[in-house]
Amino acid sequence: MEKLVTFKGWLLPLALVFPQIVISAVFFFYPAGQAVWQSLFIPDPFGLSTKFVGLGNFEFLLTDEFYRASFLTSAVFSLLVTLVSMVPALFLAVMADRLIKGAGVYRTLLIWPYAVAPAVAGVLWLFMFNTRVGVVSWYLGQLGYDWNHVLNEAEAMGLVVVASGWGRVSYNFLFFFAALQAVPRSVIEAAAIDGASFWRRFFTIVLPLLSPTTFFLLVVNIVYAFFETFGVIHTITGGGPQQATTILVYKVFADGFVGQDLGSSAAQSVILLLLVGALTVVQFKFVEKRVHY
Amino acid sequence: MFKKALFSTMLAGALLASPVASFAATEIQFWHAFTGRLGELVAEQVKTFNASQSDYTVAASHKGNYSETLNAGIAAFRAREQPHILMVFEVGTATMMAAKGAVNPVYEVMANAGARFDPDAYIGTVKGYYTTTDGKMLSLPFNSSTPVLWVNRDALKAAGIDPDSDLSTWQKVGAVLDKLKASGSKCPLTTAWQSWIHLENFSAYHNIPFATKDNGFKGVDTELAFNGPVQVKHIQTMGDWAKQGKFFYAGRRNEGGANFRSGECALFTESSAGYAGIKAEAKFDFGVRPLPYWDGVQGAPQNTIIGGASLWVMSGHKPDEYKAVAAFLNFLSSTDIQAKWHQDTGYLPITVAAGEKTRADGFYQKNPGTDIAVIQMTTRQPTANSKGLRLGSFDQIRGIIDEELEAVWSGDKDAQTALNSAAERGNKLLRRFEQANR
Repeated sequence: MEKLVTFKGWLLPLALVFPQIVISAVFFFYPAGQAVWQSLFIPDPFGLSTKFVGLGNFEFLLTDEFYRASFLTSAVFSLLVTLVSMVPALFLAVMADRLIKGAGVYRTLLIWPYAVAPAVAGVLWLFMFNTRVGVVSWYLGQLGYDWNHVLNEAEAMGLVVVASGWGRVSYNFLFFFAALQAVPRSVIEAAAIDGASFWRRFFTIVLPLLSPTTFFLLVVNIVYAFFETFGVIHTITGGGPQQATTILVYKVFADGFVGQDLGSSAAQSVILLLLVGALTVVQFKFVEKRVHY
Repeated sequence: MFKKALFSTMLAGALLASPVASFAATEIQFWHAFTGRLGELVAEQVKTFNASQSDYTVAASHKGNYSETLNAGIAAFRAREQPHILMVFEVGTATMMAAKGAVNPVYEVMANAGARFDPDAYIGTVKGYYTTTDGKMLSLPFNSSTPVLWVNRDALKAAGIDPDSDLSTWQKVGAVLDKLKASGSKCPLTTAWQSWIHLENFSAYHNIPFATKDNGFKGVDTELAFNGPVQVKHIQTMGDWAKQGKFFYAGRRNEGGANFRSGECALFTESSAGYAGIKAEAKFDFGVRPLPYWDGVQGAPQNTIIGGASLWVMSGHKPDEYKAVAAFLNFLSSTDIQAKWHQDTGYLPITVAAGEKTRADGFYQKNPGTDIAVIQMTTRQPTANSKGLRLGSFDQIRGIIDEELEAVWSGDKDAQTALNSAAERGNKLLRRFEQANR
């Protein structure tokens, strides 16, 4: 028999959720509603006149092959950022979990990069890979590799992925580390007595037990890659070379705040809203089925 | 006697130091985009103005780079908190001109304030950019520059080339690049602002259209026309140079400046306003030359056009505040202030008188080459192709041009394909702008 705590009457529960509803309404539903409304118009930048175009903004966007191409760019980018930020985080967490001495210091050091703002991280990585004065590009030059992310599309993509993923490693590390601590020792010890090697124990016992955390981080990291990385892209590549690193959210920013095209920018954010909504539904519907709580 | 003199000096000093305290001065807001040395110079101009009279006070604030300043102005206007004067870069000119209810044209502000204002005092190519086709000046030119060719004379000498050799045409530059490359130079030529220099100015300089309808001056139904044979030939040549390692592409903005100032690059196409930075940092003997042109193109060299910013007066303020605005704008265009600005920064003198004063001061003699930009702008009467550009969404169009040029530099596309694609993509944005501003 499940134990349920219930309120008597409606007033108190309503009063308790009221602040959350207000915050959601003011900071989420209202702006999102505005974006949907604005996406139906072509306004002039100063708000002096607006022209109703119906779905004209969407038609303009979806017939643009360069806009369609940035869906693929975003998909590649998000996937890579998620991989780059989760795999090393898991590895580091497993290593830190085995430490007996100095785990605290190690943990603290690993969390540091999370405190660095994305735009600042962008500048740091840009300096290291600067084609003229960058330390890393200089070493690569010594090895005979001519690094030039200003013109090479793959190198530019690699650089923004690493710069975006780097800070997230800390965040993911924290969650993985906490989850590893919660894995019951008895199960692992039993497996060890049965003669299972470390890596075998890891793949057959630990990883499945980590799946709720992994799933949570997957969703959170994809959302991060979609929405919060534009600072990095703005400082490192500005979307270039050509359109190699123009992801959807960067285009929202560039068209709205550089190009003053608020109608198109609003339409793009609506598309992005639908896309990420759909993506999250898919993740919960299909990926979550394979998660064991 | 001495005591009396001391006393009156102190009194004058006290009055100068506290104009706000002593009088109810009218305060106006001025938003600009300058930092560093340029920011200091603007602050100095404002301070001089505030000290020169007691009726008005100008409060200047820095609002980020050009794009950010324009955005801040637009956002402020939407919130009815707009400044009196907003600095807008030349690319935003069409946007501001289309915003009829948001700005008060400068000629009107001056007339209403009863201020002395003679549009003909300004240099034609500067004035033309900010003037309607029927001759009404809408914004006040502030900082204007034009592209020139910067030369590392030591690098030429090291390659066995006479540093005074003729670099007036691209043919001759090509021959010099061959020699530089043969002598082992890693960066014979680089550039800043590729679209501005190698397409926009290039078109004006060769007297060919960048866009139809007189580069957009005659109406918003303009279409891009920079994919003509002369431009294609130039971009293709640059692309070939890039492939052969004679042209080094450093980035979309002025990243190449660092490569030139450190002495890596021999030749550098950049704004005349690069002067302050090059003079401060270059540890080699440098020179300035006029921007090269292709010999054999009819009408070349015409004149180059400007880049930089102008000051727009925003609407919605009180009449006596506009008097203050008029007084400040007049102060900025006055000969002494302009001559000093020109000499300090390498920006063009915006009035004819300021140029003449600088010459009379002997500045050009002491700093050879600093008058090249002025000469390049003023020797020929501007044509419909060289008056300037007036295109909506131009910041985005420049972005598109950057992308397509990068495809040429990396060898992914040939010049004709890239420029056709840039024109086609840009035209779509022009049609949207037309739709929004009809």
